[in-house]
Amino acid sequence: MFLIEALGVLLVLAGMPFFLAGTLGLLRFPDVYTRLHALTKADNLGLGLVVLGLALQASSWQAAAKLLLIWVLVLLASATACHIVARSALHRGLKPWNRKEQ
Amino acid sequence: MIEFAMDITLVISLLWLAWLLLAAQDMFKAIILFIIFGLFMALVWARLNAPDVALAEAAIGSGLSGALLLASLRRSGESGAGNEQRAGGLEPGSGITPGSATLNITHRLLTVLIIGLAGTLVWAAWVMPPQHSGLTEQVTARMQRSGVSNPVTAVLLNFRGYDTLLEIGVLLLALICVRSLGALPQFLTLRPPGMVLMAFTRLLVPFMVLVAGYLLWAGAHAPGGAFQGGAVLAAAGVLLLLADIGLLQSCPERLLRALAALGFTVFLLVASMMLQASGQILNYTPARAGAWILLIESAALISIALILVLLFSGGRFEKGRVPAQERDPVQ
Repeated sequence: MFLIEALGVLLVLAGMPFFLAGTLGLLRFPDVYTRLHALTKADNLGLGLVVLGLALQASSWQAAAKLLLIWVLVLLASATACHIVARSALHRGLKPWNRKEQ
Repeated sequence: MIEFAMDITLVISLLWLAWLLLAAQDMFKAIILFIIFGLFMALVWARLNAPDVALAEAAIGSGLSGALLLASLRRSGESGAGNEQRAGGLEPGSGITPGSATLNITHRLLTVLIIGLAGTLVWAAWVMPPQHSGLTEQVTARMQRSGVSNPVTAVLLNFRGYDTLLEIGVLLLALICVRSLGALPQFLTLRPPGMVLMAFTRLLVPFMVLVAGYLLWAGAHAPGGAFQGGAVLAAAGVLLLLADIGLLQSCPERLLRALAALGFTVFLLVASMMLQASGQILNYTPARAGAWILLIESAALISIALILVLLFSGGRFEKGRVPAQERDPVQ
């Protein structure tokens, strides 16, 4: 029991750096496309680890299943939203950032 | 301690966001800030143990209002000079210049009024007795007779059912007013949706219908109800419109009108039946109250959802899909 609890805490803690990195990327990366790249890492992997950690500590398997369902829905939604934003940016003529041109 | 720190962070973020959003010069930025503000507001409601309001705030206050504002911005931008130009803040010479004397006086007057209002609110909160429970006791005493076990639903559909009846009437009236303004320019044709959005919508809409139905059913004993479920269903409708899946557009006009009026009609019919039977409007017999409430809420759910989607699309669902040659090569 204690091991499962500890593993849950460990997974939640492992998920947090992804959110930090995603936020840093959102603030510091040079253009829309690279920022989206940073954000989706936090959404997918970071949230996945946090959800896994929480599911291990959940009181029932139903609660754990709900948490995993949330993760799957966020995966779908964030990938779609990311695609739409990038597509819209491309339509507006925003060129992807290029190190050589700077 | 952690909870206190979280509350303080929420309050400060809320005030900061409100200031940012009011001070934003760019309309697009202001709308995005408004959406974020709504999400923070939903968190605050959740912290205040009001999940009903949190749900409504997130779905209607942030999601649907945000979509509505973005759609209006896009329309107003397109009727102007070009697509690139956003309808941004005050342009020089386009409105009242901030330097004029009348505006200065109005500003000062407004400042005094706002400070007075804020002072009154602080004073009211200060003198309020700490154990003041409002009408909670009266509501709990009568829960047995309400037909449901969720106090919020009991108040909305039973004790104060008259208010809710009028609210649904106001929604219908708003739709009639918007429709009477005539057709709005189409906004979907310029940027046809990609395949990803279409596939996502097809995957998600059945889920959202399920969640809306669950919220309606759960409203009897847990947070939920017609407004929350209706907002989720409306979001599904907005997605259908944005992904240009012609489901809503293919509905016959008469059916749409009937469905938009359904909630108000059923509510009114039940109310007048009660008036006939007992001499009082919306005075359910305790044994049947649950069933009446479910009937009214089911009809209201459909109407609320449809009216919200119709308001989003300018009162009508425009027929006519995007011609094939205008479809976008980048998928």
